[in-house]
Amino acid sequence: MRSDRGQSAPLGLKIAAVAGLLFLHLPIALIFVYAFTTEEKSYQWPPPGFTLKWLGVTWERPDVWEALTLSVQVATISTLVALVLGTLCAAAVSRSRFFGRETLSLLVILPIALPGIITGIALRSAFNLADIRFSFWTIVLGHATFCVVVVYNNAVARFRRTSGSLIEASMDLGADGFQTFRYVILPNIATALLAGGMLAFALSFDEVIVTTFTAGQQATLPIWMLEELVRPRQRPVTNVVAMVVVVVTFAPILGAYYLTRDGDQIAGAGK
Amino acid sequence: MTTAVRFSRVSRHFGNVRAVDAVDLQVAAGEFFAMLGPSGSGKTTCLRLIAGFEQPTAGHIEIFGETAEGVPPYRRNVNTVFQDYALFPHLNVLDNVAYSLMVQGVAMPDRHRAAEQALDLVQLPGYGPRRPGQLSGGQRQRVALARALVNRPKVLLLDEPLGALDLRLREQMQEELKALQKSLAITFVFVTHDQGEALSMADRVAVFDQGRIIQVGSPEDIYQRPNTRFVAEFVGSSNVLPPAFVQARWGRDAWASLRPEAVTVGRGDGIQARLISRAYLGANTRLALEAEGLRLSAMVPTGQPLPADGDTVTVSWAPEAVHFMTGEE
Repeated sequence: MRSDRGQSAPLGLKIAAVAGLLFLHLPIALIFVYAFTTEEKSYQWPPPGFTLKWLGVTWERPDVWEALTLSVQVATISTLVALVLGTLCAAAVSRSRFFGRETLSLLVILPIALPGIITGIALRSAFNLADIRFSFWTIVLGHATFCVVVVYNNAVARFRRTSGSLIEASMDLGADGFQTFRYVILPNIATALLAGGMLAFALSFDEVIVTTFTAGQQATLPIWMLEELVRPRQRPVTNVVAMVVVVVTFAPILGAYYLTRDGDQIAGAGK
Repeated sequence: MTTAVRFSRVSRHFGNVRAVDAVDLQVAAGEFFAMLGPSGSGKTTCLRLIAGFEQPTAGHIEIFGETAEGVPPYRRNVNTVFQDYALFPHLNVLDNVAYSLMVQGVAMPDRHRAAEQALDLVQLPGYGPRRPGQLSGGQRQRVALARALVNRPKVLLLDEPLGALDLRLREQMQEELKALQKSLAITFVFVTHDQGEALSMADRVAVFDQGRIIQVGSPEDIYQRPNTRFVAEFVGSSNVLPPAFVQARWGRDAWASLRPEAVTVGRGDGIQARLISRAYLGANTRLALEAEGLRLSAMVPTGQPLPADGDTVTVSWAPEAVHFMTGEE
């Protein structure tokens, strides 16, 4: 049989698999290498020499710090907004039946299927029409459109697996609405919310397209990098920042993966 | 006699569906009361009305003399054992059982002690640290029971609690539930579609059909003297004799019921019948017969010589075995 476990794959297949993985990840390794090059005007291969001075230079640059702070703030607030709205929406869709429930579910998910550029243009023209000035909050609003979806998707899946009679059992045993939320609902959906929140944070942190349309003069970290790449001085600074971005976005996604995996076991245990 | 639960013309309609339709009902304090009926007959909705998960469309409900309409489930001194047990998967067994005490603000050592006692009561001592997922179906059922009993409710509602258990476990739990109810003297309201379960456990049985109560009475009443054809057929599959048959023999214009075990099959005097089929049930054999265009079933103890399929036999019964059903309109 083809899927015999003990049997080794043919050599050609192994080479193809390794080549595929290298193609995906070598460019990322290159970014890391260029963060330590001595050549600052162009990306020259092989690098003429290696230095750690760009770490220090990056640390000293105020524009890097501004962009980083803005990105972290935007991602944090968008994630918080998404956690509240996404959970409420998931609870409504999975816990009750009402006219237009399926339509609502589709409309909530739509922004993530829509190309970012459409969302961006739509928001920009809407802000113009309503005479809203571009600010920190317009960026947050733009990011929240897709962050809500991520949280909603995670929460709705967990709600569907959580037996509805748990809530009735809690009420039956004397817990009011708040206590039921605190002691039964929240513990059962917590890992799903954490996973959804982490994904939302990572998505917001490296978002470019929607941000381009909804930001005023401010630059989030990815936007700052895009601008920096066209300038011919201190190029490795961008690479140092890129390294930081990889670490900052990769850690939560990895965390989300492990959390939802454990969550499956917890949710399945009650069956 | 105190009345634990009283329904006065209670209805619960879902759109056009009359799940519960003008039901009058009285459950005495300390009674083991069974609500028996096929699925969709309204028995579970009645249970949910007592628990407070449903509000009546019309009518009045009293629990120990207090009006129940508008009182949320968490303010009723009534607990439920759910069909799927509904144990909290994120809490261990001890915290599941102690849940009602925890939300009341009872201190940790006190509520854990009470939970341990409740676990002793359902014969699961020492199971506290386990997770519900690590328990068998029968054990989960006992935990659900302990959780519902830990704060000594005035009424315990059981929604088909034995449905998911295998036969032997079910029979064992029937005995235990009965013994537990006697020793705690708590009113039990038990919903089931299994007539054997209702008859063997309950002090009184209410038979439900299409949102109405058809008959309320002791298990003997329900079994020996069914009111209507529905009760006769649903509770232990009685022979139902139509008015024409009854008129010809007893001169009464009524439907009648006749228990299969009251039918004697032989070759002497009686009504001519033809044997259609036999079903061996262990202690008894059920015979399907046809007499005067009527299908009759007879229960014959195993060991008695049996006629062959297609044979002509005579059937007879003691006159007092025939019950005339007055509730049939």
